[in-house]
Amino acid sequence: MKRNLARRLHVAGACSPLAIFVSACNAIASPVLDPKGPIAAAQTQLLLDAVAIMMIVIVPVFIMAALFTWRYRGTNRNARYAPNLAYYWPVEILIWGVPAGIIFWLGLHLWSATHRLDPYKPIDPEVPPLRVEAVAQDWKWLFIYPEQDIAVVNELVFPAGRPLALRITSDTVMNSFMIPALGGQIYAMAGMQTRLHLLADEPGEFWGRNVQYSGRGFADQQFRAIATTTEGEFGAWVEKVKASTQMLDATTYEQLAKPSVKVPVTYYSGVQPGLFDSIIAKWHGDGNHLHAQVTGTEQAR
Amino acid sequence: MLGRLTIDALPFYSAIAAGGAAVTVLGALSVVGLITYFRAWRIVLFDWVSSLDHKKIGIMYVMLALVMLMRGFIDAAMMRSQQAIAFRSDGYLPAEHFDQIFSSHGTIMIFFMAMPFLSGLINHIMPQQIGARDVAFPFMNAVSLWLTAAGAGLVLISLVIGKFSTAGWTGYPPYSGIEYNPGVGVDYWLWAVLIAGVGSTMSGINFLVTILKCRAPGMHLFRMPLFSWTVLVTSVLMIFAFPALTVACGLLAVDRIFGTHFFTNAMGGNMMHYINLFWLWGHPEVYILILPAFGVFSEVVATFSQKRLFGYTSLVLATMAIGLLSFTVWLHHFFTMGPSADVNSFFGIMTTIIAVPTGVKVFDWLLTMYRGRIIFKPPMLFTIGFLVTFVIGGLSGVLLALPPVDYAMHNTTFLVAHFHNTIIPGVLFGYLAGYMFWFPKAFGFKLNETWGARSFWCWIIGFYLAFMPLYVLGLMGMPRRMEHYDIAAWQPHLIVAAVGAFIIFLGIVCLAIQLVVSIRDRANARDLTGDPWNGRTLEWATSSPPALYNFAILPNVQSVDAFWDMKHRGVAYQRPERYVDIALPKNTFIPATVGGAAFVFGFAVVWYIWWLAAVAFAVILVAIIIRSSDDETEVILPAIEVKAIEEARFREMEAASKNEMASDPGFAGESVLEATS
Repeated sequence: MKRNLARRLHVAGACSPLAIFVSACNAIASPVLDPKGPIAAAQTQLLLDAVAIMMIVIVPVFIMAALFTWRYRGTNRNARYAPNLAYYWPVEILIWGVPAGIIFWLGLHLWSATHRLDPYKPIDPEVPPLRVEAVAQDWKWLFIYPEQDIAVVNELVFPAGRPLALRITSDTVMNSFMIPALGGQIYAMAGMQTRLHLLADEPGEFWGRNVQYSGRGFADQQFRAIATTTEGEFGAWVEKVKASTQMLDATTYEQLAKPSVKVPVTYYSGVQPGLFDSIIAKWHGDGNHLHAQVTGTEQAR
Repeated sequence: MLGRLTIDALPFYSAIAAGGAAVTVLGALSVVGLITYFRAWRIVLFDWVSSLDHKKIGIMYVMLALVMLMRGFIDAAMMRSQQAIAFRSDGYLPAEHFDQIFSSHGTIMIFFMAMPFLSGLINHIMPQQIGARDVAFPFMNAVSLWLTAAGAGLVLISLVIGKFSTAGWTGYPPYSGIEYNPGVGVDYWLWAVLIAGVGSTMSGINFLVTILKCRAPGMHLFRMPLFSWTVLVTSVLMIFAFPALTVACGLLAVDRIFGTHFFTNAMGGNMMHYINLFWLWGHPEVYILILPAFGVFSEVVATFSQKRLFGYTSLVLATMAIGLLSFTVWLHHFFTMGPSADVNSFFGIMTTIIAVPTGVKVFDWLLTMYRGRIIFKPPMLFTIGFLVTFVIGGLSGVLLALPPVDYAMHNTTFLVAHFHNTIIPGVLFGYLAGYMFWFPKAFGFKLNETWGARSFWCWIIGFYLAFMPLYVLGLMGMPRRMEHYDIAAWQPHLIVAAVGAFIIFLGIVCLAIQLVVSIRDRANARDLTGDPWNGRTLEWATSSPPALYNFAILPNVQSVDAFWDMKHRGVAYQRPERYVDIALPKNTFIPATVGGAAFVFGFAVVWYIWWLAAVAFAVILVAIIIRSSDDETEVILPAIEVKAIEEARFREMEAASKNEMASDPGFAGESVLEATS
């Protein structure tokens, strides 16, 4: 109930009366406002809380603008006119103090939420996550499952209810990995790895994609993310991938990494060991110890 | 001989490219044709191009800005129409064109619309507001103008010869590196930005020194009008921020030309350094743009509320606070690059803190209207529209400052909606308000108010329709820069947004009509007193248009709202006992030559025509050396001529009505004069 109210408040705040009429009705059904995992839900809740608290200053601005514009129109001779009213200390305290108070409150929430929702932080240290390595290529996503020793192009399958631990890199320009229904994004950069932890509360099929513009194939650089109902269902899918005749070795990888658009879902029943790390390492050139170290710290973290 | 420039660079490979080139070429030809038709070459060259007068330089900046506004808007209209139809279809723009268009739209609107508009308003008004006869360095001022024009020229010519960048207005490597973008597009972007950036840095130095050293007697810093205050802070930001951009773009250019690896993937290069440097300029830049607009709103709201500005000291302190804080928030542009939670929290909190001084300003403006007598001239309409709309942009800005929210909203159309929601009402409405507010000062006649009001209504309605759907689309997860898409739910919103863009287009048409109608009817809208709005600050003490020297005798300032105070004390418009000789900067073609050579240099480097680049660079050096050894850069306007000009003005004023606002139904009355004295 409370959330519903906040939701409505949000829509009222972010949309003008005009646009609300034409477009806001669908907002509820959108990924961010209809989260399918705890991370996305927490992000949404933070957004709504912030909107609600800021209404303390936004609403008075709207009221004052409307009221003053009408009441103090030049032709209204009944309104009081005080041409020298330029300072009144209680008002000064109010207009500095109230926004400052709100920002103080928001700052506290910001600090705790940012630490709680750190994309690098494992969601539940008790539950072993499913590890997946994601590689951005022109213009597709390659997902390597190191524990299952399989790899998939443009499809990410994982059991609902089990955390997903992603290591992400790019084998081309900068990309940004995102599954809107499950949570936020993180950049994918060549020669480096970033991390992202996600969790789907319930089974379903979501869309994920690169959201950082990356060239002519950008618009089609998307994939299906499927949260299976049970571990067993996920296991069955792994078996299906295992049945593929294709292996992802260095040569196949090189072919795959070439620019291509709208690549269909492709299964690889085996992956050359250490492929993900070698994709990162190949950008470092000869004898670049600094960056090797940076990657080292990253892995330790 | 011609580097990599071949016949293939001409835009005959596609109808869209050829169309864009044709419009550009025809535009240039029609300008040349019109000047020839009116036999105005002598005036254009000797009165304008060679002028060092800050007022003419200001006008030329604004003209450049308005032309580039048209070009930038055409880009916007093409994007909106493409996205409106590109559901499961390629639309009419292939990806390559679409990508160039969003890159040039951003580049033009920030660097070649907003920056010249801002420099133009500052140039024309700030010296008059502080009671100065010119800026501190008139020659450097003209060089800044022509360097900015050279950059704009490079963007425009990229439409005719070669292609523009597809890397967005931020040009992130490694995409903008030579490996992924070997063509000339990124180079056009780089050199346009680099050359204009040098001009902006010099502008900042010029404005700062002018304010610190050229104020009239008695004009203490805390008696300066708010607009001049915002210019002071903006100039400091320009001086400190632009070098970061120059370094970032310079290193990227070195990467591209000499194969170094500052920002590439390989050999230890790291793109994150570029992103860091770019935003170290980029975030202060948005405050560089918006602070002077805040200054305009402050002047407009006090003038048309016929009331003193509420909370002058608060507004000044808030401006300073924003200026300082603007250097502490740049990391919020890359929360998603993987910084630790501590770092993200710090920059997130710093960002939200900026909302406090900004909120204070909004309340101070509203309280200025409180117990005022508001007259709804077009500049005031833009100001009220700004107040209401801008807070929505501020709200979404605070949301994006929360790192976890940013993870979800970054790179989506929510972000696009947010920055347009701050920049259009905040920056552009401010500049348009300033344009309509100070137009009579610059040209001696007022702009048509009906068409001004129509333009306002089109802009504000168009704005809401164009950008509110983008907020919703962002919440639905739509990334920015999508050339086509296959999610049906997005399309209705994109169609509404396209309708909004069309209404904004009507707003631009109204602006054009307003200008034409006003020029046609100028005889009926003359501003003979120099004070068309019953103004408060010193720029209204000069004639409209001001004499070359602005003030025959430098005013003696005794309070905030200096001119208002002079009117009340009855000392405005006093004939001085005697006139003095006034030194004025002599006209020179050297700044335009430097700008022209910089354009050629940029073009030559883009196409790897090294000999031409060397020649152009030599021309710049020689021009500067010639100027440096010129000892006679000023002419003396003798006192007798000053007297003749001033006497003519006094005669004109005697014929005019004493107060041009007195006939307005909302006028508060002459009694105010006594009440406040």
